[in-house]
Amino acid sequence: MNFKHKYIFLFPGLFVLIGILIFPIIFVVRLSLSGWNSYNGLNFIGLENYIRLFTDDPRFWESFFRLSFLSVTTVVLQYVIGFALAHMVWKEIKFQRFFRVLFLIPMMTTPVIMTVIWRTFFHESLGPVNDILGNFGFSPKWLTDPTLAKFTVIIVEVWQWTPFMFLLLLAGLLSLPKEPFLAAAIDGASPVRKFIYVTFPLMAPISIGAIIIRLIEASKIMDTVYVLTSGGPGTSTETSSFYIFIKGLREFQMGYAASMSFTYLIIMIISLTVIAKVLTKLLLKD
Amino acid sequence: MKIIKTCLSAMISGILIFSPAYADKWSDQFPHIKATGDIPGDCSYEEISKKNYKGKTLKINTHAVPVIGQPTALHAEQFAKLTGATVDVTHTPAGDLYAKAMVPFKAGQAPYDIVFGFSNFINDWRQYLAPVPKKYMNTKEMKDVTKSHVGVSSWDGTMYQYPVDGDRHYLKYRKDVIDNPEMQKKYKADTGKELKVPTTWKEYGEMAKYFNGWDWDGDGELEYGSAEVMKKDDLMFAAFFSRSVAYAKNPRTPGGFFFDLETMKPNVNNPGFVEALTDWVEATKYVPPGGINFGLGDEIGSFGGGQTLFSFSWDDAFIAAMQDDSPIKNKVGTAPLPGADKVWNRVTGKWENQYNQAPYIVWGWAVGVAKKSKVQEMAFDYLCFFSNGANHQADLAIGNFGVNPFKNSDFDPNLYIDTMGWDKEIAESYTKTLKDMEKSKNRVFPLRVRGVFEFTSAVATGTSKALAGQLSPQEALDEVAKEWEAIVKRVGKSAVQEDYAVGVKMEDNKL
Repeated sequence: MNFKHKYIFLFPGLFVLIGILIFPIIFVVRLSLSGWNSYNGLNFIGLENYIRLFTDDPRFWESFFRLSFLSVTTVVLQYVIGFALAHMVWKEIKFQRFFRVLFLIPMMTTPVIMTVIWRTFFHESLGPVNDILGNFGFSPKWLTDPTLAKFTVIIVEVWQWTPFMFLLLLAGLLSLPKEPFLAAAIDGASPVRKFIYVTFPLMAPISIGAIIIRLIEASKIMDTVYVLTSGGPGTSTETSSFYIFIKGLREFQMGYAASMSFTYLIIMIISLTVIAKVLTKLLLKD
Repeated sequence: MKIIKTCLSAMISGILIFSPAYADKWSDQFPHIKATGDIPGDCSYEEISKKNYKGKTLKINTHAVPVIGQPTALHAEQFAKLTGATVDVTHTPAGDLYAKAMVPFKAGQAPYDIVFGFSNFINDWRQYLAPVPKKYMNTKEMKDVTKSHVGVSSWDGTMYQYPVDGDRHYLKYRKDVIDNPEMQKKYKADTGKELKVPTTWKEYGEMAKYFNGWDWDGDGELEYGSAEVMKKDDLMFAAFFSRSVAYAKNPRTPGGFFFDLETMKPNVNNPGFVEALTDWVEATKYVPPGGINFGLGDEIGSFGGGQTLFSFSWDDAFIAAMQDDSPIKNKVGTAPLPGADKVWNRVTGKWENQYNQAPYIVWGWAVGVAKKSKVQEMAFDYLCFFSNGANHQADLAIGNFGVNPFKNSDFDPNLYIDTMGWDKEIAESYTKTLKDMEKSKNRVFPLRVRGVFEFTSAVATGTSKALAGQLSPQEALDEVAKEWEAIVKRVGKSAVQEDYAVGVKMEDNKL
């Protein structure tokens, strides 16, 4: 029988894939080889943008390392807190359902709106946080001290996205087989030993998946920085995506922004692949 | 000529003062103009109501509400009611206005008939905008626009942006403190200096520092020295230039404030600019907590809410302070931007130890009609209606509308006394401040070269690094100058030079 006609059924999916994924990537590559900006068209300029990026733009690399710091820190914190919360409501406790819903609420809110609310909280002259801390003689510069501003971004990110980690890890915990836990109980393992030798290893594959998914998301951090600090004070909270946004949509250096985006995409693919491999090697020894 | 001008301004003033006579018919339908009623003119309610645009659609991209977005939507609704047109208004955040119009422009499309933006977009946008037709250039309303705002809306003699707003930076201060004899005595006793409206940035800094962090108006809250736009990328470059003009705009060295027009070498890291940035870094000590993250909205709220002694930027903070619901209505004053006791001479490379002051006619809201629009006449009618006498006066009275004086008739103090309830002295000092800026021969106009955002963004990044303590003022401005040189090289020296020459002509009073 000739099944060649079966390929016709692939066309709709292929067409969508080309339209929404392949074409934009090819267009970005083409754009990155042009000087498209407010005064030039899509003129071909070869690798000029890439040469500029690698030889004359320390700000891009600074923002990349800042992003690495912010995303790794936030994801680690989200993992630790998310795991703790998931572990807490995994067991039969009072108001279990209530807590499960409560812990998910931050994730269900709109990030930009919540960041505006956080910005109001941390407002140094009008916000309630400093109003309360002021009673104890503290007035931290949440948004205007270069170091503390990074910490503030981390707080908001952790608050917003820990529920996502919680959800994935809770789903993982609920799907774990019961037998290893029964065996550990018969052996008289303490809760800590049970966690270290049973729960954590069994959760490793899910943990790797959750961490990688969150790392991908955290590496795109933009809205929190945009609303909270605009990358400031100075450039102290500027991340790669925010910097690309500034160059592309504020300064309208579309060609250069495309070269940064493409470079960033390549770096992210490589680094996330390496991270996934390392995590797998560390956590899935057997 | 002078007699004609006097007669014209007397006539306009007369119309403004006695305009309530027209208040019956149109103000019943449109309460926004209840203070004046319709004011006769080429685009008055009466005239626009004679147009029939039934079945036609006008698409407008404007700023988010309230600033300029609210009056756009309000006048769109009124226009639709009067003409039968359908008017679709899209609201866009300030930072995205440029790209939202530019991307389709570059792609050869015109999804909007009318695009709002800032006046310094003009060079990038003008090739995609329709010049204002002669018919509208000859309207009574247009004849009333000040010379400098005709210049800001035009490129080398051709008007591409329809004037709807006029902007300049000037000093706002708490009159109830500065003019208070008890405060003056206390300040003298503590500092040995006179408490008066500051005429130099050094005086501004000294007074702001003295009045920082204590409750000087007895409202039970702490007050601070100054509210300024210091947030990176949030118009902060304009605040920096406002501080720089005193030290770096030397009337004896024409030929460019931002660049040396002949060589196109950036001036931005010369000692004049560095001195201004040094002052600004010092200012971080007398702004309210969190002040270095203040955008324009925070500045308006802070000064307008009575939190600071001084502020300088656009009119909005002052108008907000003078609104009926303000706790400091009629307690604030205006004055020209402070000057300096020395000014840098970039030709001799030396400081000149003499007083210098220069007004900054900063960019403001601007609007144009897309060249590819199929309803150009309706679009220009809408803009003419937007800024007609009645709408303009009503818009001026609302602080967060973002519409500021740009017509000669706006400089009549009676307008503010009669319709807005301002004290005579305040209204007179306000209109005098604005009028004097129009007369000055040492003005600085906004940078309007192609790719202007690359230049201003570099300034915002550099100066914000200095404010955050990441770099010294000299290092920060050296970085800005290096970036400017790179941009000039990328854009092409002769192209930037050609664009910049148009602005320099205005600054050197040759246009």
